[in-house]
Amino acid sequence: MLSRSRITLIAATFVAGFGASLAHADTIKVGITLSATGPAASLGIPERNSVPLFPKKIGNADVQYIVLDDGSDTGRAVANTRKLIDEDNVDLIIGSTVTPASLQMIPVVVEKKVPMIAAAASGAIIAPMDENKRWVFKVPQNDGLMADAITAHMAKAGIKTVGFIGFNDAYGDGWLAEFTRSATAKGITITTAEKYGRADTTVTGQILKIMATKPQAVLVAGSGTPAALPAKTLKERGYTGTMYQTHGVANAEFLKVGGKDVEGTYLPSGPFLVADQLPDSNPIKAVALDYTKQYEVVYGPGTVSTFGAHGMDTARLFGAAAPVALTHGKPGTPEFRAALRDALEGLRGLVVDHGVVNMSPTDHNGFDERARVMVQIVNGAWKLQP
Amino acid sequence: MDSSILLALIQDGIVSGAIYALLALALVLVFAVTRTILIPVGEVVSFAALTYANLDNGKPPAVLILLLGLGVAAFLRGAIFSRGRALIQLGVETLIVPGTIAFAATLLAPLQLGVAMNAVIAIAVVAPLCPLLYRLAFAPLAEASVLVLLIAAVGTHLAISGLGLLVFGPEGARGVPFSDAVVQLGPIIFPGQAICVLAATLCVMGGLWAFFRFTLAGAALRATAINRRGARLVGIPTENAGLQAFWLAGLIAAGSGVLIAPLTTVYYDGGFLIGLKGFVAAIVGGLASYPAAALAAILVGIVESFSSFWASAFKEVIVFAGIIPVLLWRSLRHVSVEDEE
Repeated sequence: MLSRSRITLIAATFVAGFGASLAHADTIKVGITLSATGPAASLGIPERNSVPLFPKKIGNADVQYIVLDDGSDTGRAVANTRKLIDEDNVDLIIGSTVTPASLQMIPVVVEKKVPMIAAAASGAIIAPMDENKRWVFKVPQNDGLMADAITAHMAKAGIKTVGFIGFNDAYGDGWLAEFTRSATAKGITITTAEKYGRADTTVTGQILKIMATKPQAVLVAGSGTPAALPAKTLKERGYTGTMYQTHGVANAEFLKVGGKDVEGTYLPSGPFLVADQLPDSNPIKAVALDYTKQYEVVYGPGTVSTFGAHGMDTARLFGAAAPVALTHGKPGTPEFRAALRDALEGLRGLVVDHGVVNMSPTDHNGFDERARVMVQIVNGAWKLQP
Repeated sequence: MDSSILLALIQDGIVSGAIYALLALALVLVFAVTRTILIPVGEVVSFAALTYANLDNGKPPAVLILLLGLGVAAFLRGAIFSRGRALIQLGVETLIVPGTIAFAATLLAPLQLGVAMNAVIAIAVVAPLCPLLYRLAFAPLAEASVLVLLIAAVGTHLAISGLGLLVFGPEGARGVPFSDAVVQLGPIIFPGQAICVLAATLCVMGGLWAFFRFTLAGAALRATAINRRGARLVGIPTENAGLQAFWLAGLIAAGSGVLIAPLTTVYYDGGFLIGLKGFVAAIVGGLASYPAAALAAILVGIVESFSSFWASAFKEVIVFAGIIPVLLWRSLRHVSVEDEE
């Protein structure tokens, strides 16, 4: 990396020395701030691990990636963003992993007129669209899209009543709001909405309350292994209805901890999770399997995760938009950055690891229902549902 | 709400309460003997739970680095002031004992001798952290005021919590249950783990009672707790009493950690909240009475269980707000403020 940039520098000096305005190798600088430590580390680490797979050359321009860790901390994410823009003069910001940090980075990138691609999930990062959020794009699916997948599945299965139990944090609250909206539209009643803490040792009280309302199905809105606790308690108390989880549990550790308690559970997910089960006609399959192969060559078999794929998708958006932007200006100039923003907004029909992107001035996520599938846990593995 | 829900909530509350009771006992014990509020007790719980859960992978526990590091630090700190036999004793306690434990754990961990052995290893490697912390942070302040000791405890909590992130990483872990059996008595279901928790709590309480009632060391601890200066006048080495109290607290807290490991996903900082609930119970018991603290802990567990049924969003608020009327009642009842020493 160092030698490459040094060669570039020498070459640039050499060319400049002749006073020629001949095309020399431009360098696009991309600043990345991700949560490789702190509470969101399990998401941030695979995202960061994907960076070596990002494109190193776009057209004639070299790409330099500068990766910083924000420790899942909003203050550090903002400081990183300022540093990347002010000191490193980057043309694009990628990050952060978590929603609160990403939200606070927006004023900084708007002030400096640098486009930003967030790897955090909340729809609030890009909606409602306004003068500031024009500069912001987001790769993970909106919660609303996932909630719609669940309610559609429920409606198809004839489920009319659902009990809800979620984390007592932004994740659980966000899901409750989206799920309530989506369920009301489908005529599904939420019998009761309970909360629990990530570190709670028991949820018996909440589960008894839910079971007393006799719902046909229960939705658990938690992420990672703590989401297995309500499922375990439901099984223990003899609940026989259908169980749903959110895409926050889509990792191997959850299957291991949940074991037979989560068998038969349905959840929405990006198609990436079950890429090998997608039909060959699905364009996402080839893209997702290609990334999986590249990632596992570097980090070992079975290490790939949906979060790492979100990281890769930021680079896929950038890789598709940058060639267009290069025709409008030189990297490092305000013209290039504005053109890059416009090019990102103009992406149509781009296939990425998690879906097909169709950006528009009002939608900076660009995913449609091709970006989510319903999955069932069968024999301790994810199984794609038709 | 029908009777089966009522019974289930009470049962669930008692199981959580049993864990809080163990921690409340540890807190009361340490406070009575050394006047320290052992805030790092929560970290000991987390570390033991994480160590137990991670022993599954057959690697030597990560916490050994912390154990050996604290041992060396405690030795260096103590070596400045110790000479002769005291120095030898210090060396044995801070270097030889942790070293032996670390060696044994490194040998035994890869053998995968089952959950009982893993529980023993987890307790053996985590419990000594408590006495080492005492030597490092609290023994030098033994004569300081309660406030200074409290500040030292908060500082230790923050430092140990940060080291926990370094040693265990940000990921949580969940342990293998001791038993998958489920016993059904009429409408009540007893999961195997709940029975283990209750049995272990009763054993610890019985053991503590017998220790204080029938052994000389127990009597010495009680004497130190009742009157530190008086105990010293009759020839009881009170610094040893502090060390013993921390040893017991370490064993109890590490045991609690192993007990909760299969119940939930534990993170490096997850024990703090559990320790805090034990502290609420200890406060209700006036930081002096073991039976009152244990009963209060069960009450905290039941209040928590019922509030999770009725108003799950406000569960923690209800539990911690419960301490306010108790404090008010105590301050009205005891007009005189307890003086220092």
